[in-house]
Amino acid sequence: MTSLLVLFLYATAFFGTYFIASRFLQSYFQRKGFNKLKTVTFGDESAVTANRIASIISIVTVFWLWIAFTNSALPLPKLPGPFQGEIEFTYTVTLNDGTSDDATVTILVYPEDIQQTVGAQGIPNRAPDAPSRGLGEGFAKNDTTTVARYGFKVIDVWSNDEVAKADGSAVTAINGQPISPGQKMQIPEGEIGLTNKGTPTFAPYTGLRMARLYLPAPEIVWQRFVTLIADGYQGFTLWEHTYYSLYRVIFGFLLGAIVGIPIGYAMGLTNWSRGWFDPIVEFMRPVPPLALIPLIIIWFGIDETGKIVLLFLAALWIMIIAARSGVSGVAISKVHAAYSLGASKWQILSRVIVPNSLPEIFTGARVAMGVCWGTVVAAELVAAEVGLGKMIVAASKFQLTDIVIVGIILIGIIGFLIDVGMRALEKWLVPWKGRI
Amino acid sequence: MVGLLVDNVSMHFNLPNGGYIQALKNVTLDIKSGELMSVLGPSGCGKTTLLNIVAGFLAPTEGQVNLNDVRVTGPSPERGMVFQQGALFEWMSVRDNVSFGPDMKGMSRKESAEKVEHLLDIVGLQDFKEKAVYELSGGMQQRVALARCLANDPDVILMDEPLGALDALTREKMQSLVLDLWKDTKKTIILITHSVEEALLLGERLLVMAPRPGRVHKEYRLPFADLGVGKDLREVKKHEDYASTREEILAMIWNMEEEIMGRAEEVA
Repeated sequence: MTSLLVLFLYATAFFGTYFIASRFLQSYFQRKGFNKLKTVTFGDESAVTANRIASIISIVTVFWLWIAFTNSALPLPKLPGPFQGEIEFTYTVTLNDGTSDDATVTILVYPEDIQQTVGAQGIPNRAPDAPSRGLGEGFAKNDTTTVARYGFKVIDVWSNDEVAKADGSAVTAINGQPISPGQKMQIPEGEIGLTNKGTPTFAPYTGLRMARLYLPAPEIVWQRFVTLIADGYQGFTLWEHTYYSLYRVIFGFLLGAIVGIPIGYAMGLTNWSRGWFDPIVEFMRPVPPLALIPLIIIWFGIDETGKIVLLFLAALWIMIIAARSGVSGVAISKVHAAYSLGASKWQILSRVIVPNSLPEIFTGARVAMGVCWGTVVAAELVAAEVGLGKMIVAASKFQLTDIVIVGIILIGIIGFLIDVGMRALEKWLVPWKGRI
Repeated sequence: MVGLLVDNVSMHFNLPNGGYIQALKNVTLDIKSGELMSVLGPSGCGKTTLLNIVAGFLAPTEGQVNLNDVRVTGPSPERGMVFQQGALFEWMSVRDNVSFGPDMKGMSRKESAEKVEHLLDIVGLQDFKEKAVYELSGGMQQRVALARCLANDPDVILMDEPLGALDALTREKMQSLVLDLWKDTKKTIILITHSVEEALLLGERLLVMAPRPGRVHKEYRLPFADLGVGKDLREVKKHEDYASTREEILAMIWNMEEEIMGRAEEVA
């Protein structure tokens, strides 16, 4: 249900903000540059540019949905939250002989994540004690208890009564309304029921927001990020986790490129090499690197060597194929021109084929870096001592969802930065790409 | 004997289905040093195959090519080649493209730099020395290709539709440039073209080839190239024989094309 609501709100935000923006930001929507001279823009892909207002609203929407569906402390509109505080209800105990007595149950509903928060003196908060009430008159006595938000409590109301359940006494009404075992009744603060054996239960109202375990609020994730920078996690600083992941990717990728590019060139230049490597490359290329993890662990154990080998294999086939197609992309007229200008085979390789294949190699390198980054995280999920993937999987075992989310965001940002870096490098080294 | 001798050259290409295509049949040409020969013909008549054999990229099935009495067995800097666009090296500046041949020979930096300066002066690209070739227009790129070829000081220059991708105005200017270079350097030039006008204006000798199998159909000796050196080529077109020769060659090629189409229809 909640996920459908997320989808609905997201779609509403998409169409709603478009409607509002197109009505009130007309000046921005009027296309700038030569595009505005076109009368036909729908269907002309070249006239489509990313609307940056939409990008900003999109990111804001994601954060707003995040806040709206969590118990965030940020003062923004949110969905109905879980009940928190004290509630009281009366129950009626009836004896075998038909005499009955009323007493109250007072329940304190406290935040489910109270032990993960820190009080004013820097001491972690503890779950609160049950509120104190008088026992009251009659054979049924008043009860007090506590329950966490999103929780469920079976209340043994007989614990302090002068009668026992075994004597044949039973709870027959809640707040004056008759109730029998197995039935439930709704009150604004939650749901009161009787178990099949007649013991009262209480489940506080949960609302539509998600508990911290499932989705921590943005500010909690941010605070966790700040403490992670300061304290690290599981004996390694956040920087070390990131560094090891990056180091494995770069080292594995470089090995793959150093071995793969010459093999790719050889496959593009000699029949023997193409025949020799073709079956291996064609066989290994479709095998996802993740499928190799078990074998790699069996062979190399869980230390660095295994991960480097895995990433080497992830990059190798991609780089071989990139270099091979780089060679096949050399226009024959360029090779002929170089021959008739007196170049030797070696000079043709170094002055014509290698530079001409650089655009293809960079495309391959971008793909390979992306695959390596995905593979390293997965490999660390399986077995590692340090690394962003390891941090995520360790945190998930302790139900520290906020660390998991910090890790995911970091992985996304670093993956994006890697691609930006590769593109910048490409622009610098291969300025002629796409211009011939 | 000084010059280029194409001696009874034939060329077969084997097909995967066991048959073969005869691209050239018994082609014999005797081109003297310093001659400019243009080659015309409908598509599929083996013009480019002939040029590739002379350049040494292809070995003929029969016959041989001799340059200055030495048999051609492979590509060599004495037979320079100018291609249609796309054969320049995009990763090098204009200067490095032109000095490619001298660099391959191991010529000293100073010597090759002088040569590049001189050639860029001739083709009028002195101001574009440091530019990347992909920043130049199509006509400029072909000027670079000419300079690059000349930098090696070849005996024979082979041109495979070098002006084919240029617009009409640029093409006229480049035709004048080719004529002037020919007269100044006294190189032997073989020029393949699809344009009858270009073949007439530039060719001292004009070879018309016929397809299936590729063979020499007719050869002309023309005065227009000599007349055009250093002059406006539009003046040359007013020559009394120009129009009639053009019509004759056009009709010849049209007939060949129609014959090919006719044969194709019979087969169908």
